[in-house]
Formats: sequence, C-alpha cells, structure tokens
Amino acid sequence: MPQIFHPSTNTISRVSIAGTVALVGLVAAVAGGLFESTYLTGVRVPREQPVPFSHAHHVGGLGIDCRYCHTTVETSSFAGMPATEVCMNCHKQIWSEAPMLEPVRASYRTGQPLHWNRVYDLPGFAYFDHSIHVAKGVGCVSCHGRVDEMPLLWRANTLYMKWCLGCHEEPWRFVRPREHVFELEWRPSEDQETLGHRLVKEYGIMDREHLTSCYVCHR
Amino acid sequence: MTELDAVRSRLAAARGEHYWRTLEEVADSAAFQELLAREMPAAAPLWLDPMRRRSFLKLMAAALALGGLGGCGERPSEPIVPYVRAPEGIIPGRPLYFATAMASWGGLGLGLLVESHLGRPIKVEGNPRHPASLGATDAYAQASVLTLYDPERLQAVTFGGAIRTWADFLAVCRAALGVQRARRGTGLRILTETVTSPTLGAQLRAVLEQYPEARWHQWEPARADAVRGGTLAAFGDDVRPLHRVVDADVIVDLDADFLGCGPAHLAHVREFAARRRPGQAMNRLYVAESGLTPTGAKADHRLPVRAADVAALARALAAAAGVAGATAPPADQVPARWLQAVTRDLGRHRGRSLVVAGETQPAEVQALAHLTNAALGNVGHTVSYVPAAEARSEDQLASLHVLVDDMAAGRVELLVVLGGDPAFNAPADLPFAEAMAKVPLRVHLSLYANDTAARSHWVVPAAHYLESWGDVRAFDGTATIVQPLIAPLYDGKSAHELLAVLAEGPTRAGYDIVRTRWQAEQRGADFEDAWRSWLEAGVVPGTALATRYVLPRRAPAAARPGGEQGLEVVFRPDPMVHDGRFAANAWLQELPRPVSRLTWDNTVQVAPTTAGRLGVRAEDVVELAFRGRSIRAPVLVAPGQAEGSLTVHFGYGGRGPFREHGFNAYAIRPSDALWFGAGLEVRPTGERRTLARTQHHQRMEGRDIVRAYPIERYTASAEREPTAAAHGGESLYPERDYPGYRWGMAIDLSACVGCNACVVACQAENNIPVVGRTEVLRGREMHWLRIDTYFTGDPAAPDAYFMPVPCMHCENAPCEVVCPVEATVHGAEGLNEMVYNRCVGTRYCSNNCPYKVRRFNFFEYSRWNAESLKLLYNPDVTVRSRGVMEKCTYCVQRIVQTRIAAEKEGRRIRDGEVVTACQQACPAEAIVFGDLNDEGSRVRLLKTERRNYALLDELNTKPRTTYLAALSNPNPELA
Repeated sequence: MPQIFHPSTNTISRVSIAGTVALVGLVAAVAGGLFESTYLTGVRVPREQPVPFSHAHHVGGLGIDCRYCHTTVETSSFAGMPATEVCMNCHKQIWSEAPMLEPVRASYRTGQPLHWNRVYDLPGFAYFDHSIHVAKGVGCVSCHGRVDEMPLLWRANTLYMKWCLGCHEEPWRFVRPREHVFELEWRPSEDQETLGHRLVKEYGIMDREHLTSCYVCHR
Repeated sequence: MTELDAVRSRLAAARGEHYWRTLEEVADSAAFQELLAREMPAAAPLWLDPMRRRSFLKLMAAALALGGLGGCGERPSEPIVPYVRAPEGIIPGRPLYFATAMASWGGLGLGLLVESHLGRPIKVEGNPRHPASLGATDAYAQASVLTLYDPERLQAVTFGGAIRTWADFLAVCRAALGVQRARRGTGLRILTETVTSPTLGAQLRAVLEQYPEARWHQWEPARADAVRGGTLAAFGDDVRPLHRVVDADVIVDLDADFLGCGPAHLAHVREFAARRRPGQAMNRLYVAESGLTPTGAKADHRLPVRAADVAALARALAAAAGVAGATAPPADQVPARWLQAVTRDLGRHRGRSLVVAGETQPAEVQALAHLTNAALGNVGHTVSYVPAAEARSEDQLASLHVLVDDMAAGRVELLVVLGGDPAFNAPADLPFAEAMAKVPLRVHLSLYANDTAARSHWVVPAAHYLESWGDVRAFDGTATIVQPLIAPLYDGKSAHELLAVLAEGPTRAGYDIVRTRWQAEQRGADFEDAWRSWLEAGVVPGTALATRYVLPRRAPAAARPGGEQGLEVVFRPDPMVHDGRFAANAWLQELPRPVSRLTWDNTVQVAPTTAGRLGVRAEDVVELAFRGRSIRAPVLVAPGQAEGSLTVHFGYGGRGPFREHGFNAYAIRPSDALWFGAGLEVRPTGERRTLARTQHHQRMEGRDIVRAYPIERYTASAEREPTAAAHGGESLYPERDYPGYRWGMAIDLSACVGCNACVVACQAENNIPVVGRTEVLRGREMHWLRIDTYFTGDPAAPDAYFMPVPCMHCENAPCEVVCPVEATVHGAEGLNEMVYNRCVGTRYCSNNCPYKVRRFNFFEYSRWNAESLKLLYNPDVTVRSRGVMEKCTYCVQRIVQTRIAAEKEGRRIRDGEVVTACQQACPAEAIVFGDLNDEGSRVRLLKTERRNYALLDELNTKPRTTYLAALSNPNPELA
C-alpha cells in the first residue's frame, strides 16, 4: 500500500499544532494588551479642551481648593462643573485680555455655555456618587490622580469595573481621614493598613458583601 | 353545552373557595388551552413567520461572530455643559420638587408635587397638603408626564393645516374681534370645558362684559348635569355633597363608583381603606350597579341591577328612611330581601351611614339619596354641602344645545373652542360638527390634532399643565396655583393667554394674568410672601368653600312608573383614556383596565347570561343599534354585569395618534340617554376581534393565591394564616443572614381597590416602555407590577379581588440558581438583583419564576430616537435595550439614594424614609415597604398580623413581599 502522507506531513502537522497554540496565545496577549492599552483606556492621554485649562497651574501653582469649582462634590452624585461666571470671578481682574481665555469671555458675554470634553466617562449603567465617597474618606487623588501635576487633564485610571472593585473589596487600602480628602499630596503618617482598618470602622464603611452587591452601582 | 353552562357546572363541582380569573379559564375549553399556550410568554413561538429553525441558528451564529466586533470602537465623547450663571438652588444630580395641580375629573384639581431633574419634570407625586390628593395620585396624573413630552402633540399654530405664526393668528383674530366689538359681540361664542379656574372664570366674565351679546358655553361629555339637578331638587340650592367616608359605618353606593371615579375619589379611597383593616370598626359597603366597578369589587354585598332600576332602589330606601313624599315602589321592582337588610342596617346607623348616588344617575335619584341622608341624620356627619367650585355651574347639555342652534342658524361668526373636542364628543343627535361648519371663523386651542381641530380654521397648540401658569379649584373649593415646571416645549399657549387676546388687551404672559388676579384678591404689601407660600405649599389657604346649610324638600315625584323594556345600554367614560382626552397617552392605553384587564381597546360589556341569550361570545364583533344609530363593537363577557344591561365605554375612536384602536361610542350616545337608556339592539356580524387582555397572562396555575374571609372569622380565631408545612421550612440552599437592612413589602388586599395608579407610577419611575397591542397579545407587556383580578362565586354576581403582584424578592429565589451568567444574583440586603449588562437573554429565570413577574425585552421597546421622550427618562434608572430581562427592583434607586443620605449623616435609614413608587402613589396605603430588621417598622408590624401570608408558600421561596388577606364585613341577614 502506497504511503498516503508524504513525510513532510509530520513537520507540517507539528508546526500547525504548535502554531495554533502560539497564535491563540498571541491573539490573547494582543487582546489583553489592547484592553489595558492607553489606546482603549485613555489613561494618561491628555484631552483637548476648548480652553486649555491647567489644573497644574490652578491647583498646584495657586493652591485653589477643589471645591471652589467642583461645588457639589460633597452634596451630590455629580461633583459639579464651574459655571462660566466662576471663571470670570478672577478673570475679570487677571488675564482679562488673554487671547487664550476668549472662549470664556465669549461665553460670559453671549450666555452660551462652554462645552468641556468629559475626561472621566462612566458607562450609563454605572451610577457613581461623589458625595458618599468623599464622606467616607476616599481622597480625590485616589481616582483622579495628581491633577495638580496635570497641565491638561487626563484620565488617571481605567475606570474598569475591576478597578472599582479593587477598592470596594478592600477599602482599607485607600481610605484616609475625611479632613485630608482634598489634599492631593497627603501621605499617611502611619501604616495605611492600620489607619485604613481603623477608619473603615470609624466611618461605618459597609462590608465587602454589601460593597460588592450589584445594586450598589448598577440599577 | 354552552360555555356558561360549562362554567356553572365546573364552579358547582369545585369544592371549597374557588377563585378564577376569567370565564374562559373556568370553562377550560380546548380553545382556552390553545389561547393560553399562545399567550403564555414561555410558550410564545420564538420565530413566528418565515424564519425557520435553521435560518434562525445561522443568523444566531453570524450574530455571535459579529457581535464581538460591535463592542469595539471608541465610545462617543460626551461633553459637559455647565451653566454660564448657575441658578440658585439647583444641585445637578439632585431633583427638585415643585407643587402644582392638574385639572382632573370635571375640571376639578388634583394637587401634585412634581419631581424635576435639571429642569425636566419626570415624575408626578401627590401633594399631601391637597385635599383631593392627600399624597396619593391616580393613573391619569402619573401618566400626564408622558403627554408633556409626547412628540405627537400639536407643535405650531396652523391655519387650514398650514403652519402660521402666532402673530398671523393675532392679526386675523383682532380683525374679527374688531367687527364683533362694534356689534357688541353678537356673533362671538366661546366654548370651554368645565371651568374651575378662578382666573379663567374672571377672564371669561371680563370678556362677556366687553362683548355683552357674546355667549360662553361649557361642555364636557363625562360631566353629569344631574349632580346640579339633584341638589336643586332636594334642597332648592345649587350645592355639591362632600362625603366623609371615614365616618360612615354603613355605605350604600347606588351606581356611584365613588372609589373609582370623581374628583374626590382618592380621598374617598384613603378614608374607605382606613376602615377596612382589623383594629378599627370595619365599615360595610353595599353597592347596586350595572357593571362591575372597583367599588363593586370592594362591596360586602353587591347587587347587579340595570342602571334604570337604581331609581326604584333609591325610592324604596328613601321611603324606608321616612323621606317626606317618598313612596315605596311596587314590591316586584325591588329585591325585597336585599332592600330590607340594607334599610335595617341604615336604620341602625343613623348619623353614621351614607348613601351615595352615582353622578350618572338622573337628578331624581340623586335628590332621593340626599334626602335619605338628611332623613337618616347623616347631613353634617358623613355628608356636608358646599357651593359648586365651578366658575359657573350650569346645565351643560342645555348650554351646548343653545350653541348648536345658534351655529346652525348662522348667528355665530367667531367660535373659540378652548380645549375639549366637541366635534367628536357632542351627543350624537346634536349636529355639532355640521353646525360648526357654518361658522365663518373657527378657532380651537388643543393639545392634539383632534376632530374639532380638523374642522377649525385656526388651531393653536395648547400648553400642557406642566408648562403653563394657571389655577384650579379642588372638589371642596381649595385653590391651587398651577405653576409650570418647564417652558412650553412647542410654543403652546394656555387658555388664559388666548382669552387675554379676546379681551383685546396686549398679549400677556400667563404668569402675569394669574398673578394679577390673585393680587386683586389679596391686597397689601405681604402679597409677595403670600404668593410664594402658596406656590410652595401647593394650596391657597382659606379657599376651601364654607359648608352651606341645606333644607330638605319633599321627594320629587317618580319620573316614570316602571322599568323600560328591552336591552339597556350604559355609557361610561373609559376607565383609562377617560372621555378621549388621554387616548393619545400610550401608558394609559396599555394600562389594563381595572376588572377587565383589557388594553388598547374598548368593548361592549355583556353579562354571561345575556351573552348566552343573544348568542354572542367574547370577542365577537356585534352591531349595536340604539335610537336609529349603530356602531360595531367587540364583545367582552363580563362577570358581574347586570343581566340585560350592556356597558359601552366612550373615549375611543377619535382622531388622535392611536385612532386605529377601539370604536367611537359617542356615535350612538344621544342627548336624551347620555348615561343609559333602553332599547338597544344587538346583532352579531360574524366578525371577530381579538382583545388584548392581560388577564390570562402570567397565570399561577390555580393555587391558593388570593385569600379572603369575613372579619368574624378573623376575630374569632387567633391562628395565623396557614402555611404549607410540607417543606417544614427546610431548604437545600444555605441559610443567609442579613445583618444590615432587610427590605420587605406587605400588600394589604383588604385596602387595594385595583385603581392602577401603582402600575403607572412604577412605569414612570423605572423607565418601563410600552409594547403595543400586538405585543400585548403575545403576552409581552412590560409592567413590572401587575394587578390580577380574581373572581369567586356565580359568574352573574361574583365577588372580585385585586392583587398587585410585583417581584417577590425571594430569599430562596428560583430565578437566581438557573441563570448561567449570574445576571440575577442575591444582594446583601436580600434584594434579588437584576444586572442588565450581564444578561444574555436566556430567559431561564423567567421560566423558573413561580410568580411570573419577570419581563423580557423581546424588541427594542424603548424609543431611543424620539428627542422629546429622552427628556422623560428617569436619570437614576437604566433604559434597557433588547434582549434583556428586567423586573421590579423595589425601586433600588430610591433605596440607594436614601442610604447615601443616611450614611452621610452617620445614621440608619428611618422607617418610612424609603418609599417605593407604587407605595407613594397608592391612595389606599395598601403597599407598605420598609426594613424588616427594624423592630418598629410598619412593614414588620403588618407582617405580624395574623392574616399575613406568602404567595405560593409551599414552594419555600421565602418571598420578602407578602400579602394581608382581604377582609369583608358581610351582613349576617344576607348570608
């Protein structure tokens, strides 16, 4: 009986088996990498804005408190975006002629609001509330990073669900005393683990089972 | 064997208490089985038409392969648009509430608190300070936000169908008015619906002063002139009765449906329900009516009678009570035993009883009811009288007659119709539409392109009550300033603004008109403070009308000696679309009517025996001929309908957005039988129309579902409701403990009147879409909360029970264990959580749910593309897409928000702080929600009542929602 398969078939089959495994691995690696890549997550990618507002200058340089502009961060789910008149409070006096600020002045003049590009964009089915996080001792910096070092704002974290759960599962690794929530460069003077466990107790932060219930964020 | 015989024999064969939902179910014919198989969602054929299994699988494979790619790509960049100058008091992300009012039954007001998110009104609640609301709402008020955003509303001023500007209209109108002014307004006629607005009344009077020969007419098809006639006949005074239901031990309802309709029905329900619980002395309700209404369902003794025979009952009651001039009718005209028992019961409760006559009954019956109350010493205790709250109380039918005569004779040159739709809903024998055509200039202010708009030259879009200033009086006279929540979406005008044009003044904003009127009322420097406090409270203090002392006269003579022969037709406004004004509202269209659970249609309701006699079956289309006019209508065989009396609901068949649904019953409604009349002829046509009723859907297979018994049995035994002990409470599932909150709900079947307010409230709160008639026929309605009607006893005169069924939030939830993707899971507080973005739509959970409370989005039911409807959505609840399961969440958005507020203050949530949407709307306070771990919570207290029971307890699902058995208080004499 003649040979059906040529001897080279052995090689071909070995290569194709190994190749398939390698290909699947490669695809998985690429997909995984892509998933975490700045291309998809937008992490550390500065967003263009109608006015090149610099948090680095206003927060880092001038030391303006977060709440001067984000007024409702302690009372509402939405942290609040400053009305044009808040910008003009100062910019009537300083840099009042700067060409860079013309869109702001135009808005104030015409009554047409500014359209800022959203940097932290959660999907519609996730309901985040700023006020409760602030009340429970989650610092601004934990999610938003060192905005005092960002000339144009970028996203400091992926906003993936697993990132949210990192804190919802182990809140003691991140909470800080309430009075330091708005201090971006604050560092714990003691061990974060000890401090965290104490604060979780003191602030009545819900246990892991509660914090990871679906309805806490999705409804 | 006819169907009815089958029903009767099966009911006779059934042992013990047997509850049923429809006659077809009891008969259990092969046709019903097929219907059930067709309609049950689980059995609904998934690929209906040409698509076969193979092609379905092919498409699914392709969808799976390509579906992944659909998730790729960048999400659209979303801008943040802050204010330029931030208004005071608005915190983005938190709603504001404003007090306002809606003109409801007979133009009388219902006080409301409206929730506004960044300027968008999205949800209506009742105003606890308003006498007609007491914190509750009805289905109409709940659904009114949908009308506000309805893209089908009129959006521009039109002339002969072509779009014009308001300025064009003003020019034409002023020219015509100039002519009229010179002629003292001889040719000017204004037609309104019932006006209860003090400002509008004053404006109308001012116009009449300027044009002395002009006339103002009122017409509203669902308002009964006999109310006025009744008090005039009884007391010689044009007053209105105010009922204090809470003080009545015995109530006799003569075709009144006082729990289901009328401007004060929410207050009635609240007071009635307060006396239907153990602990208080229970009241007793007798109802004599033609069709089974919610009030009839709550009756301890209900007597199905023809509407025309109610007069004999009223006369007999009056005679027995000793009303001067009342003579008892011949004994053969009244059911002696029933009457005797009722009379004795009334006699035992002098001063603590109440006789209510239906507004649709003739003036004679109403007068007799008033006089009976007076003779029983009830006046001043359970009933008092106040002047009419209407701006002008008149006989509207006579008023419309005069107008039609004037128009037909060519005496009218300018007709202004403010609201309403008289060309559609005028009595059939009044040629309103034809007469109207003779008027040289016709102007109509309307929300929709209705029949009157089609016959008018100029049509001005009306402003919705949520977008215009106004004022309105409640049934007891209490005035509320109607304040807008949003600027007019479509440049609509209010009646005030249009009338200001007639008054030949400068065009004025509604705000100035209303404010000026009230400023005249309350002079002084403190007006600004007073005005603000009225707006805040939603009521103007001190405007309730003072009680009028009444002097009973002799009973009016019997109008006619005996009952008329032949079939009787009874005309009633549709329970959901009312006189047609809500026909464009899809929420109300799809809301199952109380008792019949019919959606998207109106029918002729026929008693089972009458249907057998006439040889018609349910869903047969018959021709109804009445006084020389005829229409075609589908038959609904209605248990409890009086023999020989057929109820027809009007309101359908107009020119609105859903004109293809239902038939126009106005076409056979003559002015001499506006509410009922004998001589109806019914002819089968051989055609059929399938009715989209939800009564068969989500059936729980005839188990021990609804429980009801007399109060004696409740007080006599100290035992708790039996639980099915077969499982002994043991379970294979691990026991969980709930250290934090343990949410639960108790629903009191004794209090529930099946009014549907909770169902629409849930729909508005939770962004629940409508699915349309065809989808309802497939059993795919999306309501998270449904109300089942159960009947027991003889189909001719059954007892009926209402049972609201939301998700039970089982502790051992059958749905959770079968979900392959963990899309439905158990939360830490015991909520059965549904995660939309995990759901892949296997529908296993729905199959495994014994309560059938899960709903599946077979299609993309939510209208994503209608811009104005986007404003309607509650921002705190996800709008679901196709292929996703959904169900009641116990209004988790409200729980979460309250918990956040409590945690910020470092405390636990207090009892009564979390109120679900259904609970908030309920006028009967039948739904109570709260924390079962809280020792003092109301819900926990209710669950310790002996009549508390869990639905399908034998399955050991440990539902968090439980029911309190319905109690009744029957008269032993009638047992």
